[in-house]
Amino acid sequence: MSVASQDTAIRTGRVMRTLIYLVLLLFTLFYMLPLYVMVVNSVKPLDEITGGGMMNLPQVFTLEPWAKAWSSAQIGVEPTGLSPYFWNSIKMVVPAVAISTVLGALNGYVLTKWRFRYDTIVFGLILFACFIPFQIVLIPMAKMLGLMGLAGTTWGLVLVHVVYGVGFTTLYFRNYYAVFPTELIRAAQIDGAGFFQIFWRILLPSSGPIAVVSIIWQFTNIWNDFLFGASFAGADSQPMTVALNNLVQASHGVKEYNVHFAGAILAALPTLLVYIVAGRYFVRGLMAGSVKG
Amino acid sequence: MALSANADFKTRLQAWLPKLVLSPSLAMVLVFVYGFILFSVYLSFTDSRLLPSFGWVGWENYSKLWRLSHWETSITNMGIFAALYIGICTVLGLGLAIFLDQKIRGEGFIRTIYLYPMALSFIVTGTAWKWFLDPGIGLENVMQSWGWTSFEFDWIKNRDFAIYTVVLAAVWQTSGFVMAMFLAGLRGIDNEILKAAQMDGASNWNLYRRIIIPQLRPAFLSAFVILSHLAIKTFDLVIALTGGGPGRATELPATFMYSYTFSRNQMGIGAASATIMLMTIAAIMIPYLYAELREKK
Amino acid sequence: MGFLDIDNATKAYGSVEVLHNVDISVQEGEFLVLVGPSGCGKSTLLNMIAGLEEITSGEIRIKDNLMNGVHPSRRNIAMVFQSYALYPNMTVGQNITFGLEMHGVPKAEREKAMKEAAALLQIEPLLGRKPGALSGGQRQRVAMGRALVRNPDVFLFDEPLSNLDAKLRVDMRTEIKKLHQKLGTTIVYVTHDQIEAMTLSTRIAVMNGGYVQQLGTPQEIYDKPANIFVATFMGSPAMNVVKATVAVENGRPVAQVALHDGSPVALPFSQDNMADWSGKEILLGIRPETITDEDAADRKSSNIAHLTNRIVVTEPAGSDTFVTMTLGGKDVIARMRSDADVRPGADFSFAVNMEKAVAFDPATESRIAP
Repeated sequence: MSVASQDTAIRTGRVMRTLIYLVLLLFTLFYMLPLYVMVVNSVKPLDEITGGGMMNLPQVFTLEPWAKAWSSAQIGVEPTGLSPYFWNSIKMVVPAVAISTVLGALNGYVLTKWRFRYDTIVFGLILFACFIPFQIVLIPMAKMLGLMGLAGTTWGLVLVHVVYGVGFTTLYFRNYYAVFPTELIRAAQIDGAGFFQIFWRILLPSSGPIAVVSIIWQFTNIWNDFLFGASFAGADSQPMTVALNNLVQASHGVKEYNVHFAGAILAALPTLLVYIVAGRYFVRGLMAGSVKG
Repeated sequence: MALSANADFKTRLQAWLPKLVLSPSLAMVLVFVYGFILFSVYLSFTDSRLLPSFGWVGWENYSKLWRLSHWETSITNMGIFAALYIGICTVLGLGLAIFLDQKIRGEGFIRTIYLYPMALSFIVTGTAWKWFLDPGIGLENVMQSWGWTSFEFDWIKNRDFAIYTVVLAAVWQTSGFVMAMFLAGLRGIDNEILKAAQMDGASNWNLYRRIIIPQLRPAFLSAFVILSHLAIKTFDLVIALTGGGPGRATELPATFMYSYTFSRNQMGIGAASATIMLMTIAAIMIPYLYAELREKK
Repeated sequence: MGFLDIDNATKAYGSVEVLHNVDISVQEGEFLVLVGPSGCGKSTLLNMIAGLEEITSGEIRIKDNLMNGVHPSRRNIAMVFQSYALYPNMTVGQNITFGLEMHGVPKAEREKAMKEAAALLQIEPLLGRKPGALSGGQRQRVAMGRALVRNPDVFLFDEPLSNLDAKLRVDMRTEIKKLHQKLGTTIVYVTHDQIEAMTLSTRIAVMNGGYVQQLGTPQEIYDKPANIFVATFMGSPAMNVVKATVAVENGRPVAQVALHDGSPVALPFSQDNMADWSGKEILLGIRPETITDEDAADRKSSNIAHLTNRIVVTEPAGSDTFVTMTLGGKDVIARMRSDADVRPGADFSFAVNMEKAVAFDPATESRIAP
């Protein structure tokens, strides 16, 4: 280990270090375990699993469960596989993430650079919305979606996710813009730039890191949502999570564990991919916003 | 901002634009959050069953609710689940963060592994653990096939222990995130203070106990607030892992509300339970948000 | 009627008034410096001139046009900020021309204006770079370039040098002064640094607690401070202010001040009317450079007083040596030549140039003489 201590001034003995590595390794295994189980069992025939070989590597490698999970497994009453639901989720996630991020950026801009009386209270009201148990809005929301003609549609779900996601996006952009120098806004005002010009030309070009945070956060949350999907989706707008649950909980026929695992990975893949590809930008962006100026 | 009469139209418009831009979000939140909360709270005082109805019944739903053994189970489970989930996540998160803060080789890699469960849906987590813990094909079966024939692990099918499997899966999903919060807190501590304490002859144990951990108070508070609100909102995980069973052994308020409202057509009681959930979260969140927002002024 | 008129301007946040009835009239080509400690309201006043903060009551006029409520971009002003406020995502060239672009100036004209400004400030090689790649001094120049291209009626500077290191600050100070002399523009400049105020300005407004304490030329401010605040704020080391009693000796009014051992010494005033204060207490202000050794006493002065007092501390500072003594019960600093033979603990004979001494009323803290 290096001598100069930038991260920590604490020194540990050899025995202690070995112990620490051991514990960290143990927990690495713990966190990897379910993923291992899912992956390994999604590529073996069903009888290898039921025969007590859940932890073993596959003796016969097969992609059959994946194909079945994607395109022919029984979901509810139709043997469609998960693919139509995957696209349902995409159709719901993309607009919901885009709209909530844009709204959050504008809100954050107003709440930090155009402050007005009671702006903190307004922010508090918006922020608290993130933390309510959504059970409290399920009944009126169902009624409201019916009134708006959006019951059971993808756009209904988009609306729901925008409404209950805008608090988070506003929070992120507000914290990020709070440390963005206000003098820049003033300079632009003197230069003659208007409200939207300042946002578009000055603020937005510097917003990359926090936009990544907001998009990842919203994508993960909306993709992974189950409660709203289960409550408000119609037969042809059900998202992936609901379909996966239907697949796994189906009470009839043989339980095809390998297909369940393949389906679970399919449902996890988009968010997992985003996490692996962009995870470090997420952490970096979060840090950029929270560093006190 | 009051503008004087001298201001031209464009200047006036500019002065109003910010509020104009903010208003759709605010209106949305006022209607879809606060309006709906009022509506639900109102429903909890009515005789709504399959559909909303407006016959006032006062506190009847609440008194019925507290007499239901189903609700009592949910609340008891909530107590066990919240205490263990928050406690274990905090201890584990702090411990792993401290260990990971010792200039560990491959820290970035380890951190990625500890954190990835956060990216998964609770439905996926639930599915994975459901079959891994299933005595028929999972751990028990594996151990027995490896030759430990007396090995038994059937918690997920056992009324008395099923709730602990929910705790296990939930801890697996979020403890890495708590670790990251503590790690950020540890990295924020001034290194000179630590050096000074070492000059004073503090051992590592004392350094953590007396100097470092006390300085992590904000991280503890954030972790507590986030974990407690996640605990109260836990729904998907139970649905996917146990479906609330065996029997009602793993019902939580969130699943209770869902089944009473949508499967049992007892909307009034469902609304009452949702109101209680909201009040509990509000009791934790409002003081926290108030303090946070006041500080920043 | 001036070029820039601030007329009875007041700023209040809710019921808290932070700026009280400010009246300043700036002539064309003047370099006005607003100076004061932090929180004195100087930046607020500058922002009100810029239009970045609303004026609560009163009027601000530029070239006789009422500016209240007029958008900052329509006041024909330019501002240089403390942090320079360069747009991080634009190149230096784009930064400089952004204001022109927003005002709809055609591209060819923008380029021409940019080239001129860049040449004037010697920043042509930087035009393609981003602000992040510039040094502090270069950023400072770009910020001034951005202000220059607009060809504004009034330049506003908000503590533009406070983010630079000491040496660069002095260089840029000279640079700004040169620019002012060359272009003859009207400038309002905010700083908390009294040396900047003295060196740059044609007139200074010393502010404190939301009031303009004194408005005048640097010389007036330095020699005839309106009150004790101005006297001690301007000048470094600060003016010594000691308790004294006025008496009349041999027909001349004198200030009686206690030496280190309590025995009195009489310092004659240059103003005869100080006799009116006979028998009363006053506060006597003596600038450190007016207390010297006998040899260095100002030969042009008609009123040198002498006193022998004990030296407490000496601080050699290269060109000068600062000597601390006890006078009127307080520490008093004298600024001596570096070769003066001073030693702590020794009794030393000082010469005080009483022509430059200032007397204040202890009740109101206002100047009573000269």
